[in-house]
Amino acid sequence: MNFEAIKSIYLAEMARTRRTIMQSIISPVISTVLYFVVFGAAIGSRITEVDGVSYGAFIVPGLIMLSLMTQSLSNASFGIYFPKFTGTIFEVLSAPVSFLEITIAYVGAAATKSVLVGLIILITANFFVPLEIQHPVWMVAFFVLTAVTFALLGFIIGIWADNFEKLQFVPLLIVTPLAFLGGSFYSINMLPEFWQKVTLINPVVYLISGFRWSFYGQADVSLWLSLLATMIFLGGSLAIIHRIFKTGYRLKP
Amino acid sequence: MAPILSVRDLEKTYDGGFQALKSVSLDISEGEVFALLGPNGAGKTTLISTICGLVRPTSGSIDVGGFDALKDFRAARQLIGLVPQEMPTAPFEMVADTVAFSRGLFGLKPDPALVESILKDLSLWDKRDNAIMSLSGGMKRRLLVAKALAHEPRLLFLDEPTAGVDVELRHDMWRIVGNLKERGVTIILTTHYIEEAEEMADRVGVINGGEIILVEDKAELMRKLGRKLLTLNLSEPLSALPASLAQYDLTLASDGTSLVYTYDTHAERTGITSLLTDLSSAGVRFQDLQTDQSSLEDIFVDLVKSG
Repeated sequence: MNFEAIKSIYLAEMARTRRTIMQSIISPVISTVLYFVVFGAAIGSRITEVDGVSYGAFIVPGLIMLSLMTQSLSNASFGIYFPKFTGTIFEVLSAPVSFLEITIAYVGAAATKSVLVGLIILITANFFVPLEIQHPVWMVAFFVLTAVTFALLGFIIGIWADNFEKLQFVPLLIVTPLAFLGGSFYSINMLPEFWQKVTLINPVVYLISGFRWSFYGQADVSLWLSLLATMIFLGGSLAIIHRIFKTGYRLKP
Repeated sequence: MAPILSVRDLEKTYDGGFQALKSVSLDISEGEVFALLGPNGAGKTTLISTICGLVRPTSGSIDVGGFDALKDFRAARQLIGLVPQEMPTAPFEMVADTVAFSRGLFGLKPDPALVESILKDLSLWDKRDNAIMSLSGGMKRRLLVAKALAHEPRLLFLDEPTAGVDVELRHDMWRIVGNLKERGVTIILTTHYIEEAEEMADRVGVINGGEIILVEDKAELMRKLGRKLLTLNLSEPLSALPASLAQYDLTLASDGTSLVYTYDTHAERTGITSLLTDLSSAGVRFQDLQTDQSSLEDIFVDLVKSG
């Protein structure tokens, strides 16, 4: 294992975060706080409790998940797309670095960034609403698993994309809608029965449900189903990445 | 001594069906400077990229310092430094950081003293804390050399090191290559500037259409394939070649004032003596004569045309 190389790539990626701190850390926090103010305070004050939790507190896990997913995706996809775009990727590909090491470094850095963003949102939310975390170990598990899984997915998108449009396509047109419709801002029990069933097709529902359960002990679907869904996501992403590296897809002709 | 690089029957066919390399075999000895010449699209960059692990070979084997470049890629790549043809750089990174980064990729502990000496050698030390995007084109090229040297490779690839740079920078690059050679680094460079190969290389390989069509010691190549031209400036213009001279490979300039005789320095008889005799008996007089040796460039153009 070339740990020195993993460290180098990881630190270079984190240095990029520091250089672009407005874009990578502060702006997602601001937009989440805006969600929080609009949905939690302005609209939420007219909504009674959801599943025994005040609406403001209810949406916090959903908001964290939302930004965790979108941030992991965009960080990881941009992290690998940019060197591919500028051509600097040649250096990593011609160094004694295995694909596994490349993935660990880029995905690790992207996941770290989104975990940071998530933590900052959590702390910020704490100023607005009383939070309780009933199952902290599960909370951390879902937190990290989701960050890693979506960073892997973003990594795949970054390798697949050969222009900026494609880079934006999946996050904007698939993941964001799924995240919004996956119960970030509502319990799926609030939906008409038909739509409750339709919603269950949406994989994000399981992630958000599990994460929210770790906070308030309330879930839309069973905890194990949530965990299973996360694992399927993770396993699927790993399988695709394995395939990419096996065939040299878009990286090594 | 075992060669530092040994390529055997290397083939590469891209997914689109384009065959970029056709059964390429090549041995490079440690310490030499090898120039790979070829027109655009001949397969120079594909060959280098395949050796460096950027392109997956279709078949064949690559051995670097005794290590199989595919099976034992870590050990093989550890020996190799690559300066690519394009100048890909991360615009916002700092000069010294990016050199340290390159070293880290090769699994080596940070060595600020080494980075300092590399940057000083390449006249980049003053720029160590500047963002890469603030560098000039020539500095960026030197920076790429610095990055490629950060893990102290024994075999350095320079892919078109002087494409599109001015004369001063080109000489600068030649000096850098000279220094590296003195330190025992084996260098493989691609170029389509013939004078560059003439200036720097110990051996020359010519690649065309994905095939190595010639590998030769540079001096030997120039001697062996060197044709000479004998130009005779005539006292009085000729309207046509006298029939008695038809057996010679002679060309009459369009204004009739000079005759050019092409001969092979390697042939048993150059034919100069008899030509001069026949000239005088045909009554052709000349004021001056000069000879020119064909350059590597002429040799190259000939090879590529016939191939």
